[in-house]
Amino acid sequence: MTAAEQGSSSKRLLFLGCAVPYRVSSYEISARRVLSKLGIDLVEMPEYNCCGLPIDPVNHEMMLALAARNLCLAEKQGISIVALCPGCAGTLRKVNKKLKEDKALREKINGYLKETGLEFRGTVEAKHILQLLVEDVGLEKIKNAVRNPLTELSVAEHAGCHVSRPAKDVGFDDPENPEMLKKLIEVTGARYIEYTDKTACCGAPIAGVNDRIPLQLTREKLHHMKEAAAKVLVTVCPFCHMMFDTNQLRIEKMFNEDFKIPVLHYPQLLGLAMGLSPEELALKELRVDPSLMISLATRKTEGN
Amino acid sequence: MPQTAPRKRKAEPKKKSLKATKKAELVPEFAPPQTPVPTPTLPPLPASTPLPQPPKVEEKPPETTLVEMAPIRADEFDPYFKVEIGKMHGGEKLKLCFQCGTCTSDCPIARFSNSYRPRHIIRMAQLGLRDRVLSSETLWLCASCFTCTDRCPQDVEVASVIRILRNAAVKRGIMPPIFKELGASILDTCIAYQIPELRLKKRGEAGLPPLPKGNPEAMAKLAKATGFWSTVRGEAA
Repeated sequence: MTAAEQGSSSKRLLFLGCAVPYRVSSYEISARRVLSKLGIDLVEMPEYNCCGLPIDPVNHEMMLALAARNLCLAEKQGISIVALCPGCAGTLRKVNKKLKEDKALREKINGYLKETGLEFRGTVEAKHILQLLVEDVGLEKIKNAVRNPLTELSVAEHAGCHVSRPAKDVGFDDPENPEMLKKLIEVTGARYIEYTDKTACCGAPIAGVNDRIPLQLTREKLHHMKEAAAKVLVTVCPFCHMMFDTNQLRIEKMFNEDFKIPVLHYPQLLGLAMGLSPEELALKELRVDPSLMISLATRKTEGN
Repeated sequence: MPQTAPRKRKAEPKKKSLKATKKAELVPEFAPPQTPVPTPTLPPLPASTPLPQPPKVEEKPPETTLVEMAPIRADEFDPYFKVEIGKMHGGEKLKLCFQCGTCTSDCPIARFSNSYRPRHIIRMAQLGLRDRVLSSETLWLCASCFTCTDRCPQDVEVASVIRILRNAAVKRGIMPPIFKELGASILDTCIAYQIPELRLKKRGEAGLPPLPKGNPEAMAKLAKATGFWSTVRGEAA
């Protein structure tokens, strides 16, 4: 089966990665519900390991080997991968591309993988959930699934760097003028809010080395969103979500400011528009109280 | 001629320390600052969008020891360093950097750090200041957002060069402790974070399938083949 044929099938291996099961299960819960409603048949991925990105600074070859092993596991099942974390998706895409193009590198990594009984052949694809929604599900199908347009909500996006960067390796969307998440937000009926520096990084990757810089970056972005009168923020990355949601209270305290911007994973927003309940979408797991947003989002259905 | 006047004035301290001034003239980039860099009490804000009320920020402690700012000795230059980096994946275009500064001006971290400057790191690598760049703490402040890589007009993969330098620093035993934790977790559990039992139990309660079991034997094999094992475990493979 070629990668194209797998793309047309509705089966996908769900690559959970590390951060989603560690801290952000609301993302997993909502993504599973929404994707299955949209006809994607998610398959568990036994024996998967870290994509390799967190230890790329330590040992690049180990990163390549870890990512390649995951791709090999998917090749064995003949099913393409969907990842919830853009870091995982980007790494798997990048390594898939590099190993397909560079024969010497492929042989080297296959030498390592041989000891584990695997061989990279380059027969599957890996995509981030955003790319899956845009390319494989399609905006038209998503639009048709919307039962409860979120017309009362003003939504800003923070897509996260690795969704589209580095552009030549990831090959999805335009990092300088991103449109995909915007289209996906607009399809829910919500009002899309532009704000200053929306493509800027939240700083999460260096939080383990220096936590002040990421907090300042995130604070600045929250400021710009507030200025633009965004009432909800949507992310598609577990790390960005931790910065904006988990750390929002800390930032408010530290800088003596007030934001109160609920931060939803995109599948949670889409789920609300598709008529799923806040409980089904694990909205109560969010740290920044989303109740006002929920009442705005569900006002119509309750009124009818 | 207004330009010569300050030069003459600058030359005055030459008598005191001829050596130091000469070095500063050779590579003004890394010359020690004439006046101490003030520690800002407010975070620097982007020029384009001034915030209405600058909020209070706690005093910044110094981030690094600023090894890159110390005077450079002639014996520090290693002309083969850039050649070595040029042979690695992602380092091929290092030599093409002409120091325009796009990377630093667009770097989100550089906005809030008073020491991390990707352009400095690239220049240190080009000049072959091996010891200096590999022991620099600022090397570990890159967030790998790849903005620099995407915007470099010379196609230098700035973030990849930084990754190459970090890998080389690790070979010398320099690595922030967090990476040892992440590495140990990957060897033990196959993912980068040790997920507490309670979380795993909660998955079931939330209706999620159990987390797939990993294969630590495969991790050990790959880690031993790539040298990752000895970095994390501190013992020979």
